[in-house]
Amino acid sequence: MAVVALKPGYADAVEIRDRKENFHGNQVVYLHWEEHLSFCAATAFPLPPEMPLGALTEKLIPQFYGMHPDFKSLDWNSVEWKIDGEPATPDMSKSLAENGVGHKSLVCFRTPGLNGYKGSCS
Amino acid sequence: MTPPRKKKMNLKQRYALMTRGLDWETSYQKMDDVFPYDTFEGIKITDWSKWEDPFRLTMDAYWKYQGEKERKLYAVLDSFAQNNGQQGISDARYVNAIKLFLTGVTPLEYQAHRHFAHLGRHIRGVGPRVAAQMQSLDELRHAQTQIHTISHYNKYFDGFAEFPHMHDRVWYLSVPKSFFDDACSAGPFEFFTAISFAFEYVLTNLLFVPFMSGAAYNGDLATVTFGFSAQSDEARHMTLGIEVIKFMLEQHPDNLPIVQKWVDKWFWRGHKVLGLVAMMMDYMLPKRIMSWKEAWEIYFTEAGGALFEDLSRYGLRVPKYADIATDEAEHISHQNWAIFYQYTQAAGFHTWLPNDEELDWLSEKCPNTFDKYYRPRFEMWREMEAKGERFYNNALPQLCQTCQIPMGYTEPGDPTKIGFRSSVYKDERYHFCSQGCKDIFDDEPEKFSQAWLLVHQIFQGNCGGADLSDVLKWYHMDQGIDNMDYTGSPDQKQWDAWQAARKKVAG
Repeated sequence: MAVVALKPGYADAVEIRDRKENFHGNQVVYLHWEEHLSFCAATAFPLPPEMPLGALTEKLIPQFYGMHPDFKSLDWNSVEWKIDGEPATPDMSKSLAENGVGHKSLVCFRTPGLNGYKGSCS
Repeated sequence: MTPPRKKKMNLKQRYALMTRGLDWETSYQKMDDVFPYDTFEGIKITDWSKWEDPFRLTMDAYWKYQGEKERKLYAVLDSFAQNNGQQGISDARYVNAIKLFLTGVTPLEYQAHRHFAHLGRHIRGVGPRVAAQMQSLDELRHAQTQIHTISHYNKYFDGFAEFPHMHDRVWYLSVPKSFFDDACSAGPFEFFTAISFAFEYVLTNLLFVPFMSGAAYNGDLATVTFGFSAQSDEARHMTLGIEVIKFMLEQHPDNLPIVQKWVDKWFWRGHKVLGLVAMMMDYMLPKRIMSWKEAWEIYFTEAGGALFEDLSRYGLRVPKYADIATDEAEHISHQNWAIFYQYTQAAGFHTWLPNDEELDWLSEKCPNTFDKYYRPRFEMWREMEAKGERFYNNALPQLCQTCQIPMGYTEPGDPTKIGFRSSVYKDERYHFCSQGCKDIFDDEPEKFSQAWLLVHQIFQGNCGGADLSDVLKWYHMDQGIDNMDYTGSPDQKQWDAWQAARKKVAG
């Protein structure tokens, strides 16, 4: 369905607020650690599309998820990835863009065997 | 010689003269030009005179009646202030519920005032036009009396002073704000359906009863008195809500699918906004009244069930996803409080972890969910606090494009998985917390692709800077005073000093 508007041509005049061009060379990327819902929602970052995906595991995830008690047992080799809902095997040396991570993409990672505080998915 | 006295008119005649009698058909200008807003939504009205106003309130009676009510209210407020009522509340944690109300709800009263004034000019039928004019005045009075009631707390507690500024900027206040902006930017009939019917009729008890009973249970006489004062107005607003739905459905069969779509949309939007009230009831009241789940059962499942059964004769059915909302009644408060706990650094009120007694109360009230999914979360955080490693989420959350809440809601039937939904519109990806929010977007992507999402605005450089301290300044929030945990706050220090002084007096 399309919007029912009073003003003729309203739909064509719409200014989409979060277009990639508005983020000063960055794109928005969302990260989510599955079965660890003490992080209440996926997290959002403005990242350059040319940034290597490995920077997520080396820098961002340790910085923002490292306080979880499960983090010290995390083995990156067994992590299962999903990019925009599809299972993925990302190449850590390649860029976000080359790995198919676009503007407002959601990158989920699951850590088999680690499913939150006392297995509660928290 | 004195002229013969005219016979006094009865109420019905007076009402007819002072409402319907004020209307006329324009002849120099086309009626469609004078009333440009009330047809484009596709709602067909064949006979405006069929509108029934059961209250038959005229403007002169309105002034007299409201004036009397307000004199009483302000007398109580004066006495509350003179007797240091702020010291008689159950616990200073309670005040945080009032902070949420003043920053989140009071500005909506003002928005409602503005938009009902707009409808009071732009609806072609004189009956609903007069009703909208009166409601516009009610809403302005409510905004004022709430501000006056709560101003007393502002003298003693933090977090109140910048409420209108905060309403326009703070991440969680964009939830009620965007709800109302959505309604005000819609046509008049959608606004009526959104605010008068879905919010004021179907869901209002879930907003006002918890706050007002919560106030009564926690010794806040000022807020209780405001609540009573507003109650008779609310009854009139509810009547307008149900009348407008029946009127639309009776006027033309083509109106049904449009009305149903709006009812579905605004029920879902209302349910998400009321998640803030759910959290207030289950976590923020030191003396609890009932759980959100119990309130939902009484005020939505039972009362709403009877209402929709009544409306089924017009072909209207229970709002889409009412079953999902009902399931969520045992989750939403826990999920929301968890959001505020981990983002306490950016909240304009104080947070805390529930104590043992409170955890047990929550287990009892939510036997199917709390111990399994949410108690472990709080226990983990408690352990971390004890080690001096209080859990803060230092990254910004992904927000729902429709309701603007951090996407912290789980998949229906599986509380271990976040319920991600997304859509693509004009090559851009959009994310939603639920199927309900996705459906709303998909129906009007042109509108919601313009949503002002705080997290993205920070990234775009529109919120004072990139650091938390910059954004707090831009919010007008004082670090370490307005935000963070209750424990260690200036509010707590003040409250403890009052309690110590009382003990001393009591000897």
